[in-house]
Amino acid sequence: MALSSTSTGSGLAPGPVRAVRRRKNPGTMLGLGTALIYLSLIVLIPLAAVVWKSTGQGPGFFWKAVTTPDAWASLQLTIGASVVVALVNLVMGTVIAWVLVRDRFPGKAVVDSLIDLPFALPTIVAGLVLLALYGSDSPLGVNLAYTRAGVLVALLFVTLPFVVRTVQPVLLELDRDMEQAAASLGAAPWTVFRRIILPNLLPAMVSGTALAFTRSIAEFGSTVLISGNLPFKTQVAAVQIFGQIENDNAVGAAAVSTVLLVVALAVLFALDLIQRWGARRG
Amino acid sequence: MAKYGLRTVALVYLLFLLVLPVGLIGWRTFEHGAGPFFDALSSHSALHAFQVTFTVALWAVALNTVFGIGAAILLVRHSFPGKRLLGALIDLPLAVSPVVVGLALILVYGRFAPFGGWLENHGIQVIFSTPGMVLATVFVSLPLVVRAIVPVLEEMGDDQEQAAHTLGANRWQAFRRITVPGIRSALAYGIVLCLARALGEYGAVAVVSGRLVDQTQTLTLYVEERFQNFEQPAAYAAATALAVIAIVSLLLTKLLRPKDGDR
Repeated sequence: MALSSTSTGSGLAPGPVRAVRRRKNPGTMLGLGTALIYLSLIVLIPLAAVVWKSTGQGPGFFWKAVTTPDAWASLQLTIGASVVVALVNLVMGTVIAWVLVRDRFPGKAVVDSLIDLPFALPTIVAGLVLLALYGSDSPLGVNLAYTRAGVLVALLFVTLPFVVRTVQPVLLELDRDMEQAAASLGAAPWTVFRRIILPNLLPAMVSGTALAFTRSIAEFGSTVLISGNLPFKTQVAAVQIFGQIENDNAVGAAAVSTVLLVVALAVLFALDLIQRWGARRG
Repeated sequence: MAKYGLRTVALVYLLFLLVLPVGLIGWRTFEHGAGPFFDALSSHSALHAFQVTFTVALWAVALNTVFGIGAAILLVRHSFPGKRLLGALIDLPLAVSPVVVGLALILVYGRFAPFGGWLENHGIQVIFSTPGMVLATVFVSLPLVVRAIVPVLEEMGDDQEQAAHTLGANRWQAFRRITVPGIRSALAYGIVLCLARALGEYGAVAVVSGRLVDQTQTLTLYVEERFQNFEQPAAYAAATALAVIAIVSLLLTKLLRPKDGDR
């Protein structure tokens, strides 16, 4: 989603119009300048300030701030939990997308609309909602408050749509002739899935999983209430950063922030490379 | 049989992760009727939180709509070096944790930062005040309008705009008469997405607002504060109000979403 969507539509407009070369346009430069000032004031300069705050005093200083016991523990928990969340999403997201495309049952349209709810729901509401069901006065008798399992459930909630919504359109477009041909030649359903469907779905599954991972390492609001903010146990990186800001430890907060930024950008960059490689390969 | 197995797995997963939790909050809010719900929402603090939330969200949506239209036209209709990079930079906010957004803004616009201090000396307080909350909200919802319009602009092509130019329309006329009607539903889709995100933002606003009750407290901050202070009915009522806003905007986006099935 991030880096690849900018290429202007190739071959959408009829050729002759596209071929008209526009003259150098002073309007372009004015617009570009305005857009860059807006982006710089709101996004670029502030993010640069975070990186500068944490690394400006040298790499040793940065490393010390990242490896304080609670910062390091929160980063480990965040990365570990996000890997688990990404993998669960990989499987469950694909299953849900499959059911939404290939299965028929009453109420399917409602279920389909529900998938986007975690994107629309404010994260703090997501946390509150989960704590109501899985908290200390849980009607199900399952108390996940202040546990790592609770953090996982919150992360699974907010990342639910990513894999479903990337796999679903690919599955819809998939040509079923090949599957039928394979089946008529005697392939078992599992073989058809593994040899024909899976290779077609894999790029979408990977990109959905990567997006779920980057969302998961950044997540704050939904984990605040259910994690109880216990250092070394349930404190994820974003919550740790929040605590450091409250304690006026800007350098420590900026160091952990920089790690999160670098990991997210590395994942998105790798994803973009894979997608472009996949597109070239056809 | 495998079919029913998969269906059951998917539906049970959604039931326990999504349907039961959200349904339970609705039930908790309304178990004694709608009266307590409206009472809780009409307290002074709740009403103030509504007002702050809408003020911040409307500013952020207005700014991002103007930026979004301009940036989308720039990305689709103009050519310049570094276009891919500009697109990537516009998407960057999606990869940043809300807390990091807040920290980043404090480091530039806070009272003790050079720029923030300068603004403060000229009577503009950004952090712990409305401008900072607007900046934070603009940051987190920045790509939404741009990304809603870009595909539609690409698909439209510029034949009609060029035709309007040859017939003597100036830029503004061509924009108003041709471009705007063409992108209208995509624009509305982007604005609804942006508004929903802006109304629901928690982390970034929590950092830059200072969470001052009855001053910079938005609805999401109100939910958290009431819950931590064991005033669960108030927290549940505000959470339900936010959930209703979320569901309404979800339904609106379903209606407005471009129909070609792409994203």
